[in-house]
Amino acid sequence: MLDTQPDEGYTTADGRKIGGVAMEMKNITLRFGGVVAIKDISFDIRWGEVRAIIGPNGAGKSSMLNVISGFYNPQEGEIIYKGYRRPRMRPYQVARTGIARTFQNIALFEGMSVLDNIMTGRLNHMKANIFQQALWWGAAQREEEENREKVEKVIDFLEIQHIRKTPVARLPYGLKKRVELARALAAEPSILLLDEPMAGMNVEEKEDMCRFILDVNDEFGTTIVLIEHDMGVVMDLSDRVVVMDYGKKIGDGTPDEVRNNEEVIKAYLGVTDD
Amino acid sequence: MSTTAAQDIPQSVPALLERNARLHASRTAYREKEFGIWQHWTWAETAEEVRAMALGFLALGMERGDYVAIIGRNRPALYWSMVAAQSVGAIPVPLYQDAVAEEMAYVLDHCGARFVVAGDQEQVDKVIEVQQSVTCIEQILYLDKRGMRKYDHSRMNWLEDVQTEGRAAAQRLGPELDKRLAELTYDHTCVMLYTSGTTGKPKGVVLSNRNIIETSRASSEFDKLKPGDEILAYLPMAWVGDFIFAIGQAYWTGFCVNCPESAQTMMTDLREIGPTYYFAPPRIFETMLTTVMIRMEDASPIKQRLFHHFMAHARKVGPKLLDGKPVTLGERLKYGLGNLLVYGPLKDTLGLRRIRVAYTAGEAIGPEIFAFYRALGINLKQLYGQTEASVFITQQPDGEVRNDTVGVPSPGVEVRIAENGEVFYRSPGTFVEYYKNADSTRDTKDPEGWVATGDAGFFEESTGHLRIIDRAKDVGKMADGGMFAPKYVENKLKFFPNILEAVVFGNNRDRCVAFINIDLGAVGSWAERNNIAYSSYQELAGLKRVLDTIQEHVEQVNESIAQDKMLSGCQVHRFLVLHKELDADDGEMTRTRKVRRRIVEDKFADLIDALYGDKDSVYTETEVTYEDGRKGRIKATLEIRDARVFGNQQRIAAE
Repeated sequence: MLDTQPDEGYTTADGRKIGGVAMEMKNITLRFGGVVAIKDISFDIRWGEVRAIIGPNGAGKSSMLNVISGFYNPQEGEIIYKGYRRPRMRPYQVARTGIARTFQNIALFEGMSVLDNIMTGRLNHMKANIFQQALWWGAAQREEEENREKVEKVIDFLEIQHIRKTPVARLPYGLKKRVELARALAAEPSILLLDEPMAGMNVEEKEDMCRFILDVNDEFGTTIVLIEHDMGVVMDLSDRVVVMDYGKKIGDGTPDEVRNNEEVIKAYLGVTDD
Repeated sequence: MSTTAAQDIPQSVPALLERNARLHASRTAYREKEFGIWQHWTWAETAEEVRAMALGFLALGMERGDYVAIIGRNRPALYWSMVAAQSVGAIPVPLYQDAVAEEMAYVLDHCGARFVVAGDQEQVDKVIEVQQSVTCIEQILYLDKRGMRKYDHSRMNWLEDVQTEGRAAAQRLGPELDKRLAELTYDHTCVMLYTSGTTGKPKGVVLSNRNIIETSRASSEFDKLKPGDEILAYLPMAWVGDFIFAIGQAYWTGFCVNCPESAQTMMTDLREIGPTYYFAPPRIFETMLTTVMIRMEDASPIKQRLFHHFMAHARKVGPKLLDGKPVTLGERLKYGLGNLLVYGPLKDTLGLRRIRVAYTAGEAIGPEIFAFYRALGINLKQLYGQTEASVFITQQPDGEVRNDTVGVPSPGVEVRIAENGEVFYRSPGTFVEYYKNADSTRDTKDPEGWVATGDAGFFEESTGHLRIIDRAKDVGKMADGGMFAPKYVENKLKFFPNILEAVVFGNNRDRCVAFINIDLGAVGSWAERNNIAYSSYQELAGLKRVLDTIQEHVEQVNESIAQDKMLSGCQVHRFLVLHKELDADDGEMTRTRKVRRRIVEDKFADLIDALYGDKDSVYTETEVTYEDGRKGRIKATLEIRDARVFGNQQRIAAE
């Protein structure tokens, strides 16, 4: 999975290998009519790292993630992915290039079971045509078994065996978030985009989620881009942090660098008031 | 089988395994659900896996008499690691997997474990934390690879790698392993189990091959267990019962041990497996019944009526049928119809359809709960035992099952009652000693082999069945000289589904008071049905209507206690509902979920004072420990209620 630029890679303090640049955002500007959501932002994402995007409400973080996932197309700037300039793409095309995501507001099929939801994550890996699918014959049968095996591994990994057959609508919030992560993981992405994975969770659920994110990164070498409000989580999890405010980038670096950046403190972290 | 086997009984668990691999080669020995599918191993395959592991242990330098700690959830490979350790002459020491690092440190240090077999990363992390203070641990072996890649592997191995190495070294180490296997005798230590210890530090109970195999043989014959039986291994491996059921009896009879996919899937797995032999503490039977009742509340009126009609009939006829007592043809036919419509489907849903023998023990079981399962035709029985006895002291024979006794002495067990009412026993299963604790051994076991149980009880004259009243040391006196048996009262309280836990105080006092824990499942479901909003246990526990309900329960218990002349002084005069659930992480309970009375008494001394005072509310702050070991405080103002008491005991006027 690592890119072929060994000279650019480095090893983190805890022994993970970070590769070369996977994706580079160059001077991205995104407008909605007169509103400028993202103003001339550039940053890069390296293979194997956990990259966080933080900022106050309305800073443009989710828009940035939507640009990466192809949901929005920026008016200016370009995205270099795996060394090539990415043309305008529809989200499903982006998904096929190995980018999966979760949503801030859970977007699962509520009436379907957890298992079926996660199976939808494998959609890009299924090739059988509609007739084979309908008759459960040949390639369709083989494919389903292979995909089910992959899905079962994800289920095992995220420890959600007990809700395998439960309809999603019956699950509590924390578990739904986990199922969403499972669906994204089932796609076996190279880059995983997580939009506020811990929002609305209690302390224990957050801890579980943190462990899963780290494990995903560690076990599969998946590159992770995440948006999160919980500062403790961001500082603990990520290798590098981009800080946004009013659509502009005001900081970029390791958690320590960002924490000591004057402008960031002023804009977001605030002066300790207690 | 027993008559032919009796002449040359295999002298150790590995020897039993070798026998099973011959006799039952192609029968399934283990099953585990992984990746959504039940994987299985025959006895022959099991023997091969265990041998490979034992060879691997030899390659790592495991010596005779080494202690090998095993920590993790019930999984075949962890059971194998116990037998593999025995094969090389080492002694397995299973530990409670939910123990926090400090608790684990004591045990690992006490037994001087050189090897630790850990289930997953979580357990490995704890062991590494322990290693800062405990220096004896040389090797950590782990079963689940997940998250382990970054760890320093200089003194750490994946269990499957150990097996691979063992297989590779079969030529070189095979003779040594065979030599060590041949050395094992009836008097070698089979396993060391740490008692949970309601008081003080845990003690290591040393059980020999004789203890385990003799006990397994006698108890298997008692219930006519046979190859082809199925059990679900889901109780902590550190608990003696699990060792006897999933290793002792399983290896003796050659039945199949099924391991669930994860702790949370236990109920689904139970249903998929449909065990024929089943053990569960009363709490689990209670939870199952509560779930059934909650779901029935939501069912359609027709279903509800059908259910209640046929359950009433089952309560009348079911137990008689089980005990082989005469039943009229009409009753029998109606029971058959009920079986078709209600009992069968219900048992199927619970996963209990194929049960031949089911046991419960550890705590008293509520009469309604017990009757419910018996009515369904499930042969649920009670046994009385402890770690020091390799489980069995008394058990109920088929056809003589009652809710308030624990049965007759198990085969080979002698029981006597001392002057003060304490129960003593002597049996082939009686433990060898407490490890490195000669004083305690002497206090518990006399030179003739009689062991004090610490429980007070008596034999019923008419039936010869044993009845247990309470822990001998907990039985005290009220200020006026009356008998104080807190457990007796607590059990009566706990029989109400709304009450999860109760602690009664009153030793040397003039009246009794109680702490109550509500059952979040039962009370929560009630709140939901009545559109009562709550955000936490604490809030729910403080609601006026909840307190009213609990007060009713307490008064009902008082009324029933008042009937008993000896214990009428134990009626609860005042009570409060605690603002937190009693929890093993806070040290208030043991890992087997028994209340540590003294600790609760110290920790909540302010609440007890308030209960004996005259205020009707009290403010308190309590330290709590979260699952990851961090601490926090919760604050609450608790309402204290007066309960009505009955009979001539009424000294306190109810307000």
